[in-house]
Amino acid sequence: MKSKTNSSILKILTHIFIIVLGVAMIYPIIWMVSSSFKPNNMIFSDTGLIPKSVTLTNYVSGWKGYAGVTFGRFFENSLVMCLVAIAANLASCSMAAYAFGRLKFSGKKFWFGIMMITLMLPAQVTLVPRYILFNMFGWVGTYLPIIIPKFLATDAFFVFLLVQFIRGLPKDLDEAAIIDGCGETGIYFRIILPLAIPALITTALFTFLWTWDDFFNQLLYLTKPETYTVSRALRTFVGDSGSVSNWGGALAMATLSMIPCFVLFFSLQKYFVQGIATSGIKG
Amino acid sequence: MGRNNISSFFKRNTVAYLFLLPWLIGFLVFTLYPMLYSLYLGFTDYDFTKPGSTAFIGFGNYIKMFGSAFGIQDFKAITGEAMRVDPYYLKSVSVTFFYVFVSVPLKLVFALFVALLMSQKLRFIPFYRAVYYIPTLLGGSVAIAVLWRKLFEKNGLINDILGYMGFTDLPGWITNPKYALSTLVLLTVWQFGSSMIIFLAALKQIPPDYYEATSIDGANKVKQFFAITLPFISPIILFNLIMQMISAFQTFTQAYIIGGGKGGVMNSTLFYSLYLYIQGWTYHEMGYASAMAWVLLLIIGIFTVVIFKTSGKWVSYGSGE
Repeated sequence: MKSKTNSSILKILTHIFIIVLGVAMIYPIIWMVSSSFKPNNMIFSDTGLIPKSVTLTNYVSGWKGYAGVTFGRFFENSLVMCLVAIAANLASCSMAAYAFGRLKFSGKKFWFGIMMITLMLPAQVTLVPRYILFNMFGWVGTYLPIIIPKFLATDAFFVFLLVQFIRGLPKDLDEAAIIDGCGETGIYFRIILPLAIPALITTALFTFLWTWDDFFNQLLYLTKPETYTVSRALRTFVGDSGSVSNWGGALAMATLSMIPCFVLFFSLQKYFVQGIATSGIKG
Repeated sequence: MGRNNISSFFKRNTVAYLFLLPWLIGFLVFTLYPMLYSLYLGFTDYDFTKPGSTAFIGFGNYIKMFGSAFGIQDFKAITGEAMRVDPYYLKSVSVTFFYVFVSVPLKLVFALFVALLMSQKLRFIPFYRAVYYIPTLLGGSVAIAVLWRKLFEKNGLINDILGYMGFTDLPGWITNPKYALSTLVLLTVWQFGSSMIIFLAALKQIPPDYYEATSIDGANKVKQFFAITLPFISPIILFNLIMQMISAFQTFTQAYIIGGGKGGVMNSTLFYSLYLYIQGWTYHEMGYASAMAWVLLLIIGIFTVVIFKTSGKWVSYGSGE
């Protein structure tokens, strides 16, 4: 009896500990959201979570954007870029994963090994020639350097994730489909893709997040303000000396930029956890 | 092999390679060719703005990187071109090494600690797990980097909180070269969510009878952790360690935003990738940047191999795997 009360006290203490640590963890983010509603001159002086006076001026001033282009345009650019990236990754990575995970062909082990190596390759080592190549194509300043590689399954991570998933699917359905006269292509469309939907959702989610949050490629290739994405545009709040001219606007737009990620995360949490736990996503 | 078999062999291969084709083109055009090309560029003085004047300078770029360690300052490349040793390169290496060696172990220890807390049979665990994952979800973004600048300013939130706690004479963490790098380490450790979820999944795989067998012997929790839990999840620790190390070596966004596109105060946050970008795109020294990229590849490769080779001593692939 005594040990039972002891263990429930221990449980309550653990809950309290997890909650306190959790609040400390997300405190900066809550603070950012709350500060984005504070008048610019009070962000420094008012450190509490509940603003002493609430204002939307930061959102108005931040939304004006940069070089005459508003954040509406930046959000639109980011969204379109992410949607195309998702479509590209889903198509190209699932095709490669089907070949690696299900089909028999000569050289399979070799190519699969190569694919696994590219997974660990630092991006810097291809950076300069890719830039030269894209510049030669006249693509610098457009979304093509960001999008086109995704049509060619260069995000090896998702190929790996989908291979793992496809390998786990039962094979008897394939055999039934072959008896029904399905070829390899038929099996891919009618059996593998429908069954792999959970893994495809994970792929779509992470493609969205990583493309939305990616900064490096957008810094390199998006050179005109009309083509800026949200994360590229946020950088313009921070000057070259590292100083920020409009803190209120910066925090307000930073808050807005996180909303899509938040919504996706909380509505599709199951797929996040599955994706990370089964494949060990970086980050 | 009959005629039929041969034709089905070819048909099978054709179909498979058609499915593989996008990846194959992507690999050849966007990975293999650029890798070889950048290896070549690393031995030239390629300048993006004047591509016609590219000269082969042998190991010039590599002497430029490491020369200062051998007391070299000015030297001549094999073309006779006068070159100067880069005074900042080794600084960027040491900044990055410090960052990797401090942030990755801290992150993994923290991730494992939280995963152990959450592996207990408690209510609301999925909710807690989601909250702890939020920093990781958003952490790599420009938005968070901007926020971090604000938090660690001289009159930012962190100093306000420390001030309430009675500390005085607080520095501007980002503008002080002694502390700037540590704020970036903290930012990375804060994003331990992915490792935590992987550890949590691994901890759930441990069969309960492993623990029951030892609790009869009266082993306490700490002993249990070192005797059972740690060996069981050691392959996962290895996996997390390698993946986190590889990505830590490539950190860019946070350093770029917090340093305002430069290496921060007295180059205290001159990360390797950031410096590579500055050399390639600010100074147009793309031959040099390519050589730097290959050295980074070698560094990451060497660390990966060393970790793998020494992992036999502490990783156990027991019956649990």
